[in-house]
Amino acid sequence: MLRYILKRLLIMLVTLWIIVTLTFVLMVSIPGSPFNSERATNEAVQANLEAHYNLDEPYHIQYMLYLKSIVTFDFGPSIKQPNQTVNDLLGRGFPVSFELGMVSIIFAVISGIVLGILAALKHNGMIDYLAMTFAVLGISIPNFVLATMLIQQLAVNVEIFPVATWDSPAHMILPVIALGTTPMAIIARLTRSTMLEVLTQDYIKMARAKGLSPWKIIVKHALRNALMPVVTIMGTLLAGILTGTFVIEEIFAIPGMGQYFVESINQRDYPVIMGTTVFYSAFLIVMLFLVDIAYGILDPRIKMNSKGGD
Amino acid sequence: MEKILEVENLHVTFTTYGGTVKAVRGVDFHLHRGETLAIVGESGCGKSVTSNAIMRLIPDPPGKISAGTITFQGKDLTKAPEKEMRRIRGVDISMIFQDPMTALNPTLTIGTQLMEGLREHRNISGDEAKKRALEMLDLVGIPNPEERLKQYPHQLSGGMRQRIVIAIALICDPDLLIADEPTTALDVTIQAQILELFEKIQETTGVAIILITHDLGVVAKIADRIAVMYAGKIIEEGTKREIFYEAEHPYTQGLLKSVPRLDMQGEALTPIDGTPPDLFSPPIGCPFTARCPFAMEVCDKVYPEHSSLTETHSVDCWMQDERAKQLLAASAGTKN
Ligand SMILES: Nc1ncnc2c1ncn2[C@@H]1O[C@H](COP(=O)(O)OP(=O)(O)OP(=O)(O)O)[C@@H](O)[C@H]1O
Ligand SMILES: [Mg+2]
Repeated sequence: MLRYILKRLLIMLVTLWIIVTLTFVLMVSIPGSPFNSERATNEAVQANLEAHYNLDEPYHIQYMLYLKSIVTFDFGPSIKQPNQTVNDLLGRGFPVSFELGMVSIIFAVISGIVLGILAALKHNGMIDYLAMTFAVLGISIPNFVLATMLIQQLAVNVEIFPVATWDSPAHMILPVIALGTTPMAIIARLTRSTMLEVLTQDYIKMARAKGLSPWKIIVKHALRNALMPVVTIMGTLLAGILTGTFVIEEIFAIPGMGQYFVESINQRDYPVIMGTTVFYSAFLIVMLFLVDIAYGILDPRIKMNSKGGD
Repeated sequence: MEKILEVENLHVTFTTYGGTVKAVRGVDFHLHRGETLAIVGESGCGKSVTSNAIMRLIPDPPGKISAGTITFQGKDLTKAPEKEMRRIRGVDISMIFQDPMTALNPTLTIGTQLMEGLREHRNISGDEAKKRALEMLDLVGIPNPEERLKQYPHQLSGGMRQRIVIAIALICDPDLLIADEPTTALDVTIQAQILELFEKIQETTGVAIILITHDLGVVAKIADRIAVMYAGKIIEEGTKREIFYEAEHPYTQGLLKSVPRLDMQGEALTPIDGTPPDLFSPPIGCPFTARCPFAMEVCDKVYPEHSSLTETHSVDCWMQDERAKQLLAASAGTKN
């Protein structure tokens, strides 16, 4: 188990390094510089500014400096907002984005699983049809469309929910629905189909033959097996939620990390691009690692040694 | 001897898109305390459906016990509410399934699966449950029982798993054990070991066993009585002796000719030609008519009466009718 984790940590570091390097290559290869948009800068001023941010150094030096900033986790000040460091921006934006993402995924997982189980238990019944119609809609409507519809219907036409900013739990409801519905629908469909399959297994019949209550059979014998495929796709869903937060934060004017991420690219604010990319990637990589660990705990057939598991 | 189970006129149907499958069509049999009854017959004749019906584990829908009674220790199980059935399953009647590779839950330890029936039905402590579990593992011949409790099914061989399944079935000390093809999925040497285990268990616990199989070799080893099933009906029933040496139904005779026997000298094995009838619309007469070498016109039109040959031996066949017997005797007379 320990060897497995160590090996995984090493792979995670390599993955992160590849992402970091690719980001650097992409960043230096897009035309433009942070100072292009400023009209009144003369050549001398621009050169000074570039020297200040080490942008006049050759690429390999820049790359080294940049790796150093990652290792020390100090990305320096933003070029566009020089009175703020990248760490300040992350420190302010990340908790909000994290909250939005986590609440959305928890909403998606719980309601998706419950819906999937209900549909499977009432197989071919009314609940099943309703749940699956809902799921197909949920999968096919993109989150930004859903977000706009929700705002139009529930915040503008009928003023039930507040929109914009992130001040109270009520502010969370619409963004979480917008962001969580697609993963919820995917989870619901997957839970339903695996649950239906698991319910026909011999060990379920055996559990019934032991005289266990239906509730125990579902929770103890069926659910755990039915959830394994759901755990497998959690990584993909998490990545989807993460990129989804950029869009949803933008639409609902939520002060998360997304705004910095998008703006920094438009403005070629190199330290911020680097900081947010590294941070997002590291976060996602850790999450995927946790999903794998959870899978190993759920399924005893998977051995967590250095040979198995990858 | 006391009857612990009496099945009368049992009918089970399945409603499907293609029509109604009449899987079990009026089955009668009984079982005494501590006895082993084997139910044999070709694939699809309704053996598993019959045993599932006793446990009331027929999936409904599509399945349904459409008529008949199943009297277990004086109670009609076809009318028992589900809640009462739950107290009977695993406690008074247990079941063993064909494939030990799929009968155990891959995500739970052997210990959990072994003890959960006990914990569900008996008000006992964890320590007592464990003690009982170890006893059971010992009874079914599993070495290092203490260690096994913590293992998962995938860590055990097929034969070991079937022993675990048997231990699970016996842990609440049931009066009746239904074993649906308990050795079919195992290789031959393991099969013999498991059959010996059944004999040993019956000696130590006195449990009555319904053994479902299509393997007459298995039957010869451990059955007291045999019921032969064909197309949803029991067409002949008798003691092991009566079925093996005095079989009267042409189907039973055919089955016996299709398995190898030690006392066969140079005789060829003869499989029964043809296939069983379609259970969507089973024939009104004897279902074996189409494959029967002795078929008469009447066989096709009317189902034969149930004739008791001895107290234990009965058969459904027109050849048992007095008139058929007289004619046979007459024809035998003219030949000489
Ligand atoms: N769930 C079901 N839906 C529809 N038909 C079914 C169902 N279960 C069983 N049957 C039908 O009932 C009949 C009897 O099946 P059963 O499983 O009892 O046969 P069996 O004698 O146990 O055969 P085998 O030796 O193959 O196990 C078969 O024709 C089968 O098609
Ligand atoms: Mg069967």
